[in-house]
Parts: sequence; C-alpha cells; structure tokens
Amino acid sequence: MSNKIASPSLPISLAVIALGTAFAILFLGAENEYLIGSLLVFVTLAVVASSKFNILNRMYATFAVHEVLMQAAIVVATLLLVAWFYDDHFSLLMITAAMVYAIAAIGLNIQFGYAGVLNFAGAAFLGIGCYTSAVLGQYTNLPSMLILCLGGLVAAVIGTILILPVLRTSGHYAALVTIAFSILFKTFLEVNDVLGGPQGLNVKPTVLFGWNFNTNIEIRDEFEASFYLCYALLALFLLALAFIFTRRLERSWIGLSMDSIRLDETASACYGLNIALWKSVAFTFGNFLIGVAGAMYGQMLGYVAPSNFTFGDSLILVSIVLLGGIGNPWGVITAASIVILLPEKFQIIQEYRFLLYGIVVIFILLYRPKGLLPRQLRNYLPGGMKA
Amino acid sequence: MNRSSDLLLDCQGLTRHFGGLVALDGLDLQVREGEILGLIGPNGSGKTTMFNVVTGIYGAHGGRVEFDGNDLTNATAQQVYRSGIVRTFQRSRMCLELSVFDNIMVGNHRRLNHGLWFNLFKRGAFADQYKKNYAEAHELIEIFDPPLAERLDFPVDTFPMIDRRRIEICRALISHPKLLLLDEPSAGMTHDETMQLMDDILTVRKRLSGLTIIIIEHEMGVIERITDHCVVLNFGRKICEGTFKKVSTDSNVQEAYLGVE
Ligand SMILES: Nc1ncnc2c1ncn2[C@@H]1O[C@H](COP(=O)(O)OP(=O)(O)OP(=O)(O)O)[C@@H](O)[C@H]1O
Ligand SMILES: [Mg+2]
Repeated sequence: MSNKIASPSLPISLAVIALGTAFAILFLGAENEYLIGSLLVFVTLAVVASSKFNILNRMYATFAVHEVLMQAAIVVATLLLVAWFYDDHFSLLMITAAMVYAIAAIGLNIQFGYAGVLNFAGAAFLGIGCYTSAVLGQYTNLPSMLILCLGGLVAAVIGTILILPVLRTSGHYAALVTIAFSILFKTFLEVNDVLGGPQGLNVKPTVLFGWNFNTNIEIRDEFEASFYLCYALLALFLLALAFIFTRRLERSWIGLSMDSIRLDETASACYGLNIALWKSVAFTFGNFLIGVAGAMYGQMLGYVAPSNFTFGDSLILVSIVLLGGIGNPWGVITAASIVILLPEKFQIIQEYRFLLYGIVVIFILLYRPKGLLPRQLRNYLPGGMKA
Repeated sequence: MNRSSDLLLDCQGLTRHFGGLVALDGLDLQVREGEILGLIGPNGSGKTTMFNVVTGIYGAHGGRVEFDGNDLTNATAQQVYRSGIVRTFQRSRMCLELSVFDNIMVGNHRRLNHGLWFNLFKRGAFADQYKKNYAEAHELIEIFDPPLAERLDFPVDTFPMIDRRRIEICRALISHPKLLLLDEPSAGMTHDETMQLMDDILTVRKRLSGLTIIIIEHEMGVIERITDHCVVLNFGRKICEGTFKKVSTDSNVQEAYLGVE
C-alpha cells in the first residue's frame, strides 16, 4: 500500500477534481479523433506530472481528513457533468452506462476484492437483473424501484446455486465454475422462447412518482432536456448507495473477516472465522449489486438480448476491478469510467477492444499490481477519527 | 495422582497418519491448568501435527481430545477457538498488508459483534466497540513493546520478525483464551530477541492469570527457563516426560536427539 508520507491539501485536491471534470466535459464533447488523441496525451502528461509531485498521495491524505467534503465535491462534479450534457442523448447514455458498470464492479469488488471469491460470470448476473426487469415489467404492475430491488434479489438467489461448487473447489477451479455458468446462462437464454430467444425482450422504462423516464423533459417551449438525464440521476443515486454500502461493509468487523479469509484461510479458521459463511455473504451481496445495476440498465436501454451478456462482458467487469485497484471502490469507479468511455469515443479502439483490455490487464498485473488507485489501510471511522 | 485433579487438556491415544506415515502414534498428553508445558523432539517427530490435530486443522484418526471438561475430538477449528484454545504458527501467518490493529482483531473474533445490522447500520454503537477494542489492543501490545503500541495503524509488512511474533502472540491473547499453543516462537529470531520475547510472555502470563501454555521449541535454553513440565516426542510417540532436568538426562531422549537407535 502506498504509504509515502504526504500532507493533505484541500485546495490541490479540489483543483484536481475540477480539472478532472473539465477534462471529462472536453473529452465527452470532443467530435474529432485528433482532439481526443491530444486530450489523451494531455492526461498522460498530467498523470506523470502528478506522480512527480506526489499528488495522488496528497489526495489520499486529504480524503483521510476531509472525507465527507471530498465525497460531496465529487458528487457535485458529477452533477455538473450531467448538467452540462443535459440535451445530449449520447453523452448522457455513456455517463450512465459508466455508472451502471461502476455499481456492478463494486459488487464484483466485494466478492473478489474483499472475500477473494473469483466471479467470471459478472455479465450473467447483470443479465439476470435485466431479464428480471423485462419479465416483471411485462407481467406485473410493480413499481420500477421495487423491480430494481427484485432484480438484485433474483440475481442473489440464482447466485446461491453457485455457492456450493464455488466453496467446494478452490482457486482456479472455482473460477472455472463461474465461467461455465456464464456460458450456460447465455446458451439458456438463446434457446428459451419464453425469454425471447436470441432476439431478447423489450423492457419497460423506469417510472417514478408517475413520471415516465423515457419522456424528454420540457419546460414550456424554451427548455428541453434529454430523457437520459433522469436515468443519469437515478444511476448516480444508486451508485452513491452502493458506495456507502460497500464502505460501511469494509469498515466493519465483517470487512475485516472477509480480508482475513482472502489472505489466510488457515489462520482465519483458527481464529473462529466461518469461511464458508463470509464467502457466501460476499458472493450474495456482490450479485445483488450487480443484479440491481442490470435491472436499471435494462430499463434504460429498453430491451435486453443474450448477446449483451457474453463471457467477454464478464471479463470487462473483472478487468475494471483489476485496473482500478482491487478492494478500492474509488478505483473501481475510475476504472469503470475509463473502460466504458474510452472505446466509445475512440472508434479505432472499439474494434480491438478485447485485445486492448487484455494488454491493459497484463500491464497492470506486471507493473502496478495494486491498480491505478491502490487500496489504503482500513479506516474504521470516517475522516481519520482516532480512537 | 495430583496431576489429574486440575487437567485442562487431556489427549488420549491421539493418532494421525499421512498416507503410510504415522505422524502421531497413540499419543497421551495431559496439561494442567496454569502450567507451561514444553513439547520437544527431533525434526519431524510430530509436534506441529499434534497442534494441528488439537486445533482442528487435521482430523484425528484415533484417540480423544478433552478440553476443560468438553469433548473436542475432531471439532472444527472454529469450535476449538471458541472453547478457548489459540495458537501461533511455526511459519508466522499474518495478514501482512493489513494493519497491526486489524491483525490483532482477527484474533478477537469471538468477542466482536459480527451482526449485519450492527455493522452496517448501528455505526454509533460500532464506533464505541471499535474504540474499546482499540484501547484493549493498545494495552496488550504495550506490555510487549510500548513503541509498537503507538504504531497500531501501520501495515504488518513494515515490521521486523520480532515485532511480527509479538503481534502474532497478541492476536492469540486478545480474546482471553485459556490455552495458548506456541509453535517455535523463536524461529527467525536471534538468541537475545528470543529471550526478550520469553520474558514478555512471562509478564503477560502474570497479568492474564491462569493462562496455560504449550510451547514447541528447539532452543533448550528457552525450554529450561520457562517450562514447568516437558513431553518429548519421537516418531509421533511420547518417549519421556517430566521436568526439563529429568528429560534432559534421560537416555532415551539423548538417543532420539543423537539419532542412535
Ligand atoms: N500435511 C502433511 N502431509 C504429509 N505429511 C505431513 C504433513 N504434515 C506433517 N507431515 C509429516 O508428519 C511428520 C511430522 O511432522 P511435524 O510437522 O508434526 O513435525 P515437527 O515435530 O513439527 O517437526 P519440526 O521440528 O521440523 O517442525 C513429518 O514426517 C512430516 O513430513
Ligand atoms: Mg513443527
């Protein structure tokens, strides 16, 4: 863990957040590939410069002291970003997709980053959430928010099928079980007519307090905002909830037990930790979050088909956790933004997407095994409060 | 026999094979409450295996384990810990990337509230429990080394071997166990460091009245200094027992150590 002594600095940290927001606005708004290319060169230089001036560690130090303020600043920055693109369907769709993937990756992080349970079926659980949205929207009149919860619950319940084989086997074999599940899931959807076969199903949009999210927001005739604005705000809300949840989990005796089990099962067992229990809890919580993310994603996209949930998509989720920093939700959110936004703006990357992800993962594992934003020591009480 | 009046741990005929190899061969071992028992024997004589079987890491293929009046034969590691037996490992097993405090709290598992509701939503009550335990960990490790107590929030991989051993022993003692099993605590340390650690253990033992210890150790100086009673193993069998003075002059023991049959 990076524990270089660095002094906290609120102005520097807020400036970095402001710069990041400005960069995101330029990047998402950029039309031609030269501008995008030069932005990427700029960000590379910025990263090199900031590591020279120890900026990352100073930000970590600032987070430790002014946690609430920093978190609020990032929420405000995201709101500004969303407001800036208020009438731009595509940019809002991208931002929202990044947040949905961030929620799912936070779920995966609980499984893999905390308890050490490998899950290569992330996309399958995302799909389960999506299909739950589609089916419940079609056959029932349940409120959308309840459907989101049920999407998570169904994913968590179906996940319990995997718990026994995952606990029985260990290491690579447990990973193989989830890979098999991921492939079986897609095949099952393709041959299942009730679930629409390869064509998939339509999903009803989110409705909240009588407001249908699929209608553009018009105020008299002067102002018109994209309907994706509502989805972006909903995703931000859910992401904030997921973040608070995973943070509290980490900063508790449960989070400690999960870490201990990941790092040393034998010693953990000798100190009374119930290994099967905490692995199952982590797996179930993770699948719940992934399922909720999927249910919301489905309602936003309006349709769901098996081809959205391939094994490759599961790998993308895993690569987000590896890239961001195993165990660090901030890292996971950052990596989700990079992995989702970059290829969309860079058509060249689009075609070689999987190849590039593979290369990125190899580089990360070789040169920065703790990810872009390495996890810090546990801070049980927020804001560095001392016992 | 007064040794049986206040028995804490009573192993009868403990047996464990690994394939064709008999690592424990009908071992009888009794530990009285409050004593320090030295478990010695040449390499591969089954000392660590005895710990592993008692703590539930390996099942026993024969025999019985009774602890504090309860039957612990083939109990799980969790049950063994909850009944008050803790251990350290021959090759130190710590979560190196976690903080000193985190590592000690792993050992406190049975006294911490692991309820979901408590941990996720009753953060005020959680903070109180955290502070109370932080103070306790601080107090315990201060007995070993006051400077170390000021560094509870540092990752364990930044500490030298002697500190890691101290932390490992604090992890074992934080939950107020009845029986502590020490597997070669001197491994990886110099002679002076070892002696210092033994003094610390004796000090802690005075504070935690009634702590019983079984120690596996190759350094005979340590065994002579701190044990009340010794058991010598060879090929998984007990070949001698008594005070250190008695076993060190026993001809069977000398043969076993010199490898003469
Ligand atoms: N998991 C295992 N699988 C196979 N054989 C084992 C296993 N554990 C121990 N043994 C064997 O059992 C015998 C006793 O081993 P044990 O570790 O108990 O010895 P020890 O007395 O602790 O020795 P040392 O002083 O070297 O630590 C050895 O021959 C060892 O090779
Ligand atoms: Mg041994």
